[in-house]
Amino acid sequence: MIRFDQVTKRFADGTEALKDVSLTIPTGKLTVIIGPSGCGKTTLMKMINHLEVPTSGDVLIDEQSIKDRDEVELRRSIGYVIQRIGLFPHMTIAKNAALVPTLKGWSAEKTKERVSELMNITGLDPETYLHRFPLELSGGQQQRVGVVRALAGDPNIVLMDEPFSALDPISREQLQDELRNLQQRIQKTIVFVTHDMDEALKIADHIIVLRAGKVEQTGSAHDLIHEPANDFVRNFIGQDRINRQRSFGQRKISELSSYYKQAKIGELVVSINSSEDVEKAIALLEQPQTDVLAIYTNEEFVGYIDQTSLLKAVLAKEVGASSYD
Amino acid sequence: MTDFLETIQSRSDLIQQAFFEHIYLSFVALAIGIAIALPLGILIARHRKYAEPVIGVTAVFQTIPSLALFGFLVPLMGIGSNTALIALIIYALLPILRNTYTGLTSVDSSIIEAGRGMGMTRTQILKQIEFPLALPFIMAGIRTATVLTVGIATLATFVGAGGLGDVIYRGLQSYNNSLVLAGALPVALLAISFDLLLKWVEKKATPKGMKTQ
Ligand SMILES: Nc1ncnc2c1ncn2[C@@H]1O[C@H](COP(=O)(O)OP(=O)(O)OP(=O)(O)O)[C@@H](O)[C@H]1O
Ligand SMILES: [Mg+2]
Repeated sequence: MIRFDQVTKRFADGTEALKDVSLTIPTGKLTVIIGPSGCGKTTLMKMINHLEVPTSGDVLIDEQSIKDRDEVELRRSIGYVIQRIGLFPHMTIAKNAALVPTLKGWSAEKTKERVSELMNITGLDPETYLHRFPLELSGGQQQRVGVVRALAGDPNIVLMDEPFSALDPISREQLQDELRNLQQRIQKTIVFVTHDMDEALKIADHIIVLRAGKVEQTGSAHDLIHEPANDFVRNFIGQDRINRQRSFGQRKISELSSYYKQAKIGELVVSINSSEDVEKAIALLEQPQTDVLAIYTNEEFVGYIDQTSLLKAVLAKEVGASSYD
Repeated sequence: MTDFLETIQSRSDLIQQAFFEHIYLSFVALAIGIAIALPLGILIARHRKYAEPVIGVTAVFQTIPSLALFGFLVPLMGIGSNTALIALIIYALLPILRNTYTGLTSVDSSIIEAGRGMGMTRTQILKQIEFPLALPFIMAGIRTATVLTVGIATLATFVGAGGLGDVIYRGLQSYNNSLVLAGALPVALLAISFDLLLKWVEKKATPKGMKTQ
């Protein structure tokens, strides 16, 4: 477990990148840090391998403060994919990828085997690429090498700072799947920074939402979608995504306002609050003594809804229209 | 032309001696210059706040006309080859120092950060990353310093340190144009051939992966 205990980071120029951040990153899980540009994601991540030092507060790995660890040894035990890729231009891909194993003194054979395995996993043919130099690779390929390099030393913790940002959507999805698989197989603690909410929702066990150096919410993808802590989180996830991820029955009746009817369309009317969910509405309409629901928002009548209008709303969802927004 | 060849023949001892003195002066100055400027360059690249003053001071020396510098040194150090060496070293410093500094500081910070993040020590980063990447710059600095030193060593004759300047000076005094030429030509040849040689070395020193840029 990685624990941040009231960590504040103030840079020399006075910028406060992190403000009294306390959080935990569970062992063996994939934790995603997400937030707008400049909110402190990279800074937070770099504190884990001591590239940035807290101005106050402490970072602990398995309850041991990283201040008490040997810096070099600590970093060799943590894989790191840096945001700007940072491959060594004068070394071949083979040498780049083998850096940490070499520093750790692994045998050439073991190193080679490990590197080739990881190259294959990330979709780089070792035969073709091992002897090339970084500048002879495309940006996306370089980024994959960055991932290989971070994983090569078999670290328990892997820090990935927007590792897939230079990839096309297809390879990106592919690598996300690979990462998920890999993570489930080897159970490493992965800390993954991204801007991309879809990516976060797809791969994360645990999500930390950051804004302007502060944690807005932590939880699973499910938690975020079903109970966004505040408007910032809701907007950052996006109502569209919340809708897409939530089953129809869990939506609020108020989200169907465009299907409200003003004319009373049945005899047997039952009132319901618009903050109830659609499942509740369906349950009521199923009862023989109910033809139509009268919907109230804050005690005020807003419209009627019946089975037909619910059906229309479902159909609209099925074809992907968003008229219910 | 026949005059010139005759001069070379009759004065071959003098020319030969002067030639070797010249090479000796240039190379010793260069070697010492590298031994000072290279570590100093590394040092100021590590502690950048000292970079400007240190480079500034060497740059000021560089602006002193070479003849004047020799002139300043004589009252302080007397005449002889040590005086000449000091002056030459002073001129060799700046190009090497500045290029070492520029080379080291122009290494992309993301590359250094990657090295640190992977758990490389500072020495490993310097030896395996910064130095190889800065080497083309450093070699270019040494090349400039070499050409400069070979040229300025011609003035060593004024402090009695010999060198090809001797030949030229004697030629001038005796209105012997052939002798002047017999001194000046080797200086030019030396400078040009070292320039070419070091240019080649510089190219060799460029890490393979960088050439595609
Ligand atoms: N060395 C530094 N000195 C001063 N300010 C810095 C330094 N590094 C980062 N900052 C500032 O700290 C804040 C957080 O930066 P950080 O790199 O952590 O953001 P980020 O969330 O990773 O952004 P992005 O998504 O754009 O990568 C920013 O305002 C940035 O300008
Ligand atoms: Mg960042």
